[in-house]
Amino acid sequence: MQVSQGSARTETQSVTKPERMTGAEAIVRSLEKIGITEVFGMPGGAILPTFDPLMDSSIRHILIRHEQGAGHGAEGYAISSGKVGCAIVTSGPAALNTMTALADANLDSVPIVIITGQVAASLIGTDAFQEADIVGASMPVTKHSFLVTQAAEIPSRIAEAFEIAGTGRPGAVLVDITKSAQSEELDFEWPPPLDIPGYRVPQKPSKKQVAAAARAIAEAQAPVLYVGGGAVRGNASRELAKLVELSDAPVVTTLTARGAFPDSDPHNLGMPGMHGTVAAVGALQRADLVVALGARFDDRVTGRLDTFAPRAKVVHVDIDAAEISKNRYADIPIVGDLNQVLEMLNAALEKEFPSETRADLGGWWRYLNRLRDSYPLGWTNTDDGRLAPQYVLKRLSDLSGPEAFYATGVGQHQMWASQFISFDHPRHFISSSGLGTMGFGVPAAMGAQVANPDAVVWCIDGDGSFQMTNQELATCVINDIPIKVALINNSVLGMVRQWQNLFYNERYSNTKLNDHDAEQVPNFVKLAEAYGIPGRVVEKEEEVDEAIEWALSINDRPVFIDFRVSKDAMVWPMVAAGVSNDDIRYARGLAPTWDGEE
Amino acid sequence: MSEQLHTLSVLVENKPGVLTRVAGLFARRDFNIKSLTVGETERPDVSRMTIIVDAKNNAPLEQVTKQLNKLINVLKVVEMPQEDCVERRLLLLKVTANDETRTAVLQIVELFRAHVVHVGTDFVVIESVGTLAKLEALLASLGPYGVREVAQSGAVAIGRGSKSLTDQIKEK
Repeated sequence: MQVSQGSARTETQSVTKPERMTGAEAIVRSLEKIGITEVFGMPGGAILPTFDPLMDSSIRHILIRHEQGAGHGAEGYAISSGKVGCAIVTSGPAALNTMTALADANLDSVPIVIITGQVAASLIGTDAFQEADIVGASMPVTKHSFLVTQAAEIPSRIAEAFEIAGTGRPGAVLVDITKSAQSEELDFEWPPPLDIPGYRVPQKPSKKQVAAAARAIAEAQAPVLYVGGGAVRGNASRELAKLVELSDAPVVTTLTARGAFPDSDPHNLGMPGMHGTVAAVGALQRADLVVALGARFDDRVTGRLDTFAPRAKVVHVDIDAAEISKNRYADIPIVGDLNQVLEMLNAALEKEFPSETRADLGGWWRYLNRLRDSYPLGWTNTDDGRLAPQYVLKRLSDLSGPEAFYATGVGQHQMWASQFISFDHPRHFISSSGLGTMGFGVPAAMGAQVANPDAVVWCIDGDGSFQMTNQELATCVINDIPIKVALINNSVLGMVRQWQNLFYNERYSNTKLNDHDAEQVPNFVKLAEAYGIPGRVVEKEEEVDEAIEWALSINDRPVFIDFRVSKDAMVWPMVAAGVSNDDIRYARGLAPTWDGEE
Repeated sequence: MSEQLHTLSVLVENKPGVLTRVAGLFARRDFNIKSLTVGETERPDVSRMTIIVDAKNNAPLEQVTKQLNKLINVLKVVEMPQEDCVERRLLLLKVTANDETRTAVLQIVELFRAHVVHVGTDFVVIESVGTLAKLEALLASLGPYGVREVAQSGAVAIGRGSKSLTDQIKEK
């Protein structure tokens, strides 16, 4: 088990003497004791008592402009740092505004804790001003949620929230605290008792199953390591690299796993699934063994489930037992912490199956390399003379390098970012995968920059996605959070338009955000300037490098580039929704030829 | 498709909102609940739910129990084997029973080892405890006399062995 900063149980500090204080002070004190150094939030009536002691706290509070931004900020912070992200907002509308972030974090196993104010306990159920049953509303979209009505409960509930969010399969936790509980007094002691008898984190993985997995890997003629976000959340990159070295197996990294294994390593075939590489999709479809590591067989990866990896035996390692055999039957299930399982698996491979006794992967690699050489990621020049978005992202990656962090919104730009940015490190790609939340980019980049103040943090956004949360640029400017925004501006809701192009006979119902050729509404550079951010428009290929270098040269405030890209650019390859991965299209009407392996 | 019913005993923390979480889990994941009953156990901090779930038309039972186990307030989930547990439901029904039919109704009550718990001028209220099959048979037998109102509980179940389920949650 890795020790997260959010775990009260693993705190080594000495026990404090009881100290009389208000519930509000106890909230702030608990967060300090847990080790929280930054929170995102906005005050309001029901959380006002807590914002008062927060002013004297060592915790840096970043005042956001919309509570959704607080939630995604906490997510960007958590994904990029591995710590638990935290946000504090008020009741009713504010709490509801965080629901999207809670659901987003929960689907992508991102550890965040959101603290919401609630009306006084005596007013609950009276339809009081700014009252909403936020614990009830959050139940389906969180790992857990608490309603706190008494001051004395506060330290325990907050400690439990961080314990639950940060351990096991990470997730989103909400703590809703009544205004009366914040105002009452309690005797504060730390660490507080934890009362979560029903919460269990998987212990030792089964040795027998690990041995079976090692045997399966040693015997496989055509294995694939299908690596999911669990490899990032579980800090398993080093052991994963060792497994690749030992097994010589090809690796595919899902959207949440980009960077868990370096793109620069020839074993990495790229991303599988709907917009994955032909080699990654082909490898899974032809594999005789799929080793799923912290991956959940999401429909965007598998395509039509009953035709996914039809020949393959499945080894499935996951910390969440409920993921195993949920979508695809696991022949060898292993429940446990991925890092620990990989350590055991590597030891078993080394000891029991020295490399000379293993199956020869020569033929498999020749087949995969042919796929990779025949169907590389690429693009064609645009017809309208506008930029190819893929080119922009390729240059952005080349010039910024693998040490930079990249947060995205949701849409075509997100897929191009995953495809054309080279990732060498885990936690450097910050994207809304499971929920597909447009508007994730700006606040997530903000959170990543707060957690990594000296790093280059790019927000790659679409013009549709950007307009959902761009008000957090004000937060970035005022709080010295110098994110760099690369707007991939095609004037349309690009991914939806792509589906209209392919599946709705080019009837573009309500996907045009702007007249592509007239003056842009809004004028994004003027908008950036209104926020006090330098911005420029880039329309020609020869301007791309210079603009990126210009952005990289500015580090004391946010910077903005409006890349005008073709509205007709499409994301390829593509597997249509609900279709077999065998029917992947490399470009419009162009299917790869699979032919047999050697 | 025919039903494939499983009886689950679920020990949960006796706290507000726990029933909502369990019921919500079933609704959200499209698991079909046939019956759900809740009551306190011998330990006041623990409640016991008996849930009968149809695991044929939607998710396999394993997925149901795994998802239940993920709920923070759930302490223990056990499938009750049909042959090794006692399962009972309570049925209350109001049956027309006038001077002409009362004797016949009472005979049926006697045959099923049910009880009359209230008598009116032209009706009786009957309680019966038993398996679903027994209660259905009782209802069918009384049908011709005029069943006016029926109130039924869900099932409760307990294992036949000497061990207590609540003891097992201490072992964790």
